[in-house]
Amino acid sequence: MKLSHQWLREWVSPRLDVRALAERLTLAGLEVGAIDAVAPPLKDVVVGRVRSTSPHPNAGHLMLCDVEVGRGKSLHVVCGAPNVAVGMKAPLALPGAVLPGGRRVEVAAIQGVDSAGMLCSAAELGLGENAAGLLVLDPSVRVGAPLAEALQLDDVTLDLELTPNRGDCLSVAGVAREVAALTGARLNVPPMRKNPVRTRRRVAVKLIAKKECPHYVGRTVLNLHASAATPSWMQERLRRSGVRSLHPIVDVTNYVMLELGQPMHAFDLGKLRGAIQVRKAGQGESLRLLDGRALTAPVGSLLIADDRGPIALAGIMGGQDTAVSNETRGAFLESAFFDPETIALHVRSLGIQTESSQRFERGVDPELQVRALERATELLVAIAGGDPGPITETKSGRRAPLIVPLRRARLERLVGCAVPAKKVEQVLKGLGMKVRKTADGWRVVPPSYRFDIRIEPDLIEETVRLFGYSNVPARMPAMQLVAPEVPESRLEPRRLRALLIDRDYQEVITYSFVDPDLQKLIDPSGIPMTLANPISADMSVMRTTLWPSLLQTLRYNRNRQLERVRLFETGRRYLAGLEEPKEEAVIAGVASGTAGAEQWGVAEREVDFYDVKGDIEALLALGGRSEEFRFLPAGHPALHPGQSAAIHFGEEQIGWVGVLHPGLQARLELGPAVLFELKLSALGQRRIPAFAEVSRFPAIRRDLAIVVSEETSAQQVVESIRRVAGNLLVDLELFDVYRGEGIDSGRKSFALGLTFQHSSRTLREAEVDALMTQIISTLAGEVGAQLRH
Amino acid sequence: MAEAIESLQQQLARLLAEAEAAAANVADVAGIENLRVRYLGKKGLLTEQLKQVGTLSPEDRPRVGKWVNDAKDRLTERLQARRTELETAAQRAKLGREQIDVTLPGRNAQVGGLHPITRTLERLEQIFLGMGFAVADGPEIEDDYHNFEALNIPASHPARTTMDTFYFDAHRLLRTHTSPVQIRYMKQHRPPLRIVVPGRVYRCDSDVTHTPMFHQIEGLMVDEHVTFADLKGVLSEFLNRFFERELAVRFRPSYFPFTEPSAEVDIGCVICGAKGCRVCRETGWLEVLGCGMVHPEVFRHVKIDSERYTGFAFGLGVERVAMLRYGVNDLRLFYENDLRFLRQFK
Repeated sequence: MKLSHQWLREWVSPRLDVRALAERLTLAGLEVGAIDAVAPPLKDVVVGRVRSTSPHPNAGHLMLCDVEVGRGKSLHVVCGAPNVAVGMKAPLALPGAVLPGGRRVEVAAIQGVDSAGMLCSAAELGLGENAAGLLVLDPSVRVGAPLAEALQLDDVTLDLELTPNRGDCLSVAGVAREVAALTGARLNVPPMRKNPVRTRRRVAVKLIAKKECPHYVGRTVLNLHASAATPSWMQERLRRSGVRSLHPIVDVTNYVMLELGQPMHAFDLGKLRGAIQVRKAGQGESLRLLDGRALTAPVGSLLIADDRGPIALAGIMGGQDTAVSNETRGAFLESAFFDPETIALHVRSLGIQTESSQRFERGVDPELQVRALERATELLVAIAGGDPGPITETKSGRRAPLIVPLRRARLERLVGCAVPAKKVEQVLKGLGMKVRKTADGWRVVPPSYRFDIRIEPDLIEETVRLFGYSNVPARMPAMQLVAPEVPESRLEPRRLRALLIDRDYQEVITYSFVDPDLQKLIDPSGIPMTLANPISADMSVMRTTLWPSLLQTLRYNRNRQLERVRLFETGRRYLAGLEEPKEEAVIAGVASGTAGAEQWGVAEREVDFYDVKGDIEALLALGGRSEEFRFLPAGHPALHPGQSAAIHFGEEQIGWVGVLHPGLQARLELGPAVLFELKLSALGQRRIPAFAEVSRFPAIRRDLAIVVSEETSAQQVVESIRRVAGNLLVDLELFDVYRGEGIDSGRKSFALGLTFQHSSRTLREAEVDALMTQIISTLAGEVGAQLRH
Repeated sequence: MAEAIESLQQQLARLLAEAEAAAANVADVAGIENLRVRYLGKKGLLTEQLKQVGTLSPEDRPRVGKWVNDAKDRLTERLQARRTELETAAQRAKLGREQIDVTLPGRNAQVGGLHPITRTLERLEQIFLGMGFAVADGPEIEDDYHNFEALNIPASHPARTTMDTFYFDAHRLLRTHTSPVQIRYMKQHRPPLRIVVPGRVYRCDSDVTHTPMFHQIEGLMVDEHVTFADLKGVLSEFLNRFFERELAVRFRPSYFPFTEPSAEVDIGCVICGAKGCRVCRETGWLEVLGCGMVHPEVFRHVKIDSERYTGFAFGLGVERVAMLRYGVNDLRLFYENDLRFLRQFK
């Protein structure tokens, strides 16, 4: 909320400069986000009075004006504004004046006639948006006075970032109360003036939705002057508060809202039909709002209606059909209390927020309505004349005053230090609360405008807030020692990340939502969760795999001339389950470019399947249970059908590794890349070591070279050998794969090293020979292997 | 006879001098071997002299024999010394030829690095683990109840508007903060409780100072006598440890529906040394976290007796402190994942 410092000073004026005041407010929880000047320095801009005008000899749309500038002096000024009129007072920039934007005013010939200055619009002076005509100044301002003096521009606005609980501070009066409580300065509350009733005209009010609108006050004001204009002081205050000046009646209601915190509405009396009703919307009730939007009110929403139908969305926005206009001669002013929760829910469902709704949903002083109406009447009569009618007050029930207990012991227990009883009472009384001592503390009755104070912690907070958070000591708590659980069977993701980093992968963090098209391209069978209100279409579904994000990041970096890119991420993938969505933590990566960094003496080659498989095997080895994981040839829509594997842990498939499908490489404008993704749950388990005796007997190694068909996998061969060799085989290395000369096409050769050892005796050569023979014949039978000679 | 002895003596001296001279000129180990054979071998020139000793009178023999043996010993020693000398020189020459350029780069020296946010999270966790906090976790796809309702943010609450929530449907949403994990944890565990919850959170907001996804670390401590003074102590200590300096720390009243009293915590600007700069908006202060005493309404939802137990909670924006710690000037850099940016955090 923007607040004029000058305006605030009329209500309360502590002996603090504006910066110190802002600091005080900030430290009391009313954060001052900015302090801004209300106007640029307007040196050499004065109040001028147009004494006479005559048409410009050479230009039809321009006027020659004789402008009085005080001390009997006057200047000849050329002006093109449509609203220039004899007798009006308007800002005149004298030669030498520099206007916002750097424009310098000089004596200059305009269409052949010298102009000794420039009459200005509000926009030209940086005093608002209106550029349609000259800024019209009040007749009361002194001719020749500097404009800054006439409009009291020596002011700043405080931009208050109020927390949602402090709706009571959304007004000059509210902030002034707070300043008075904080500084002890006297609060100047202007007395409420009862306006004499001069007409009997009333509008009947029927409160039907009593719970949603417990209090509705209104009155008519007749015989308003057609020529009334909002005085410049009021326009200025509205402008400084960020509210546009629209029409004198509307300006008055807005002014009262800013001053006292009560949002009001003015209807054109001539356009109302019958009684005002405050009720909930039925089926198909529609109205056109002030901002021009046509709206069918949701059934049950709170409406103000007359005999013809809805005329306003209660507390949010009025309707166009009954709005005041330049023709309005009679008005009906509304000052009501609407239930905050009701307004909040409407605001949320309709998506309409206004200055009014913002206040109603945070809460308005339930006892402010009559006072605000009298204040608005007073201002309106002063500006536009008019005869006020009697006040119609409709009320349902009476709010019992709330009594909130505050226990001394509780206060100390929560805060952690003693707050002197005298201080507590002083603080609470300063905030307008009625305080009575009890055996263990106090009984407190908060004032009507502090509707946020309902329970004991509210009072504790208020007490500490004004006592000063800085006066509470900072103390390290004494705690009971607790030995942490250290599950050895758990492998922390931190360790997995460290391994990939050591193997030259860079960690990235990417958004959890991705482009649905890319998502579908990479995981066509995954059913993603779709956001109802995404930031943009390309961030609208939750990823079912980390690959879309990783590939995008890969492309981003390749487009920046980084050729060798190795990335990984630990994050979640999100699957729309049948009942509940499922989140799975995974570790995923991509490698692209050369296998190693450019290195002298080493031939460059592209990273391939086995490079990345090696990285994965290293990850799997961390848990000490490598043998429980298996890589099985399997197809994935995003991967090369012949260069991809599903990774299994026991019965469960826990991930994928493979070369990006060449079709996708082309579509995504990427080079070859190898991808992987693994469930963290499977990787996070570590074997707890169990000691086994180390054999003291010599091992025997035999090498075996066999020729098999291309279809035969290394794993088939290895598994056959393991099965036949049993426990005596302590090590098995596949150390060469050969194709080419000496081997028929369609076949390949594996060279394997087998190491045999017995745990409790020396193995005999003959035993090993027998085993080898058995292995060879099994391989011949199972995979058609021939010995290579 | 004396002449014969004298001539032998001269002969020995001559042979010795000749052999020693030859040894000095020999260029390799093979040359030494040749000399050994030539002078000390079975038929070597010095060995031959021994045969002449036999022709001498018995009283002269021992004396002259000793001369010959002394000469042989002396030459053996000289040849050995020379051999060692030559071998050392040969070794040195070989090593010289084997010299490499040790300034050439070694192999496979590349390592990757952590993302700065993970790096920051790991440090944050470490500090709290040291203070006896455990790390807890919860879902990112949350429901209205855990993200709002149970945290004392009913549907009508104005705080909902400021939360910019991403929704899937009427009830399911992306968590806007890590606070729902408080609820889940307190429903599962009874006090005393000390946890931190690091994780991704989401808000429907994207501009220079907001990314739709960011990270928070939530803290919660509940016990019979947890006070606002404890909150101040723990957070001040934590901030000093994280930034590794004694910071000015300021607790400023604020409002969160799930804590009361609530506070925002400011630290003296680490960029300008609290003198006032663009980053701290000329105030000298930087807001780094929000905190407060757990609201009784929250305790009611998780069935913890708020008369018996009190607690504090806090939430810290990880990007914010990472930016301050490393001087990163644009939040959005964290999610562009430009390697030239990320590699700075090795």
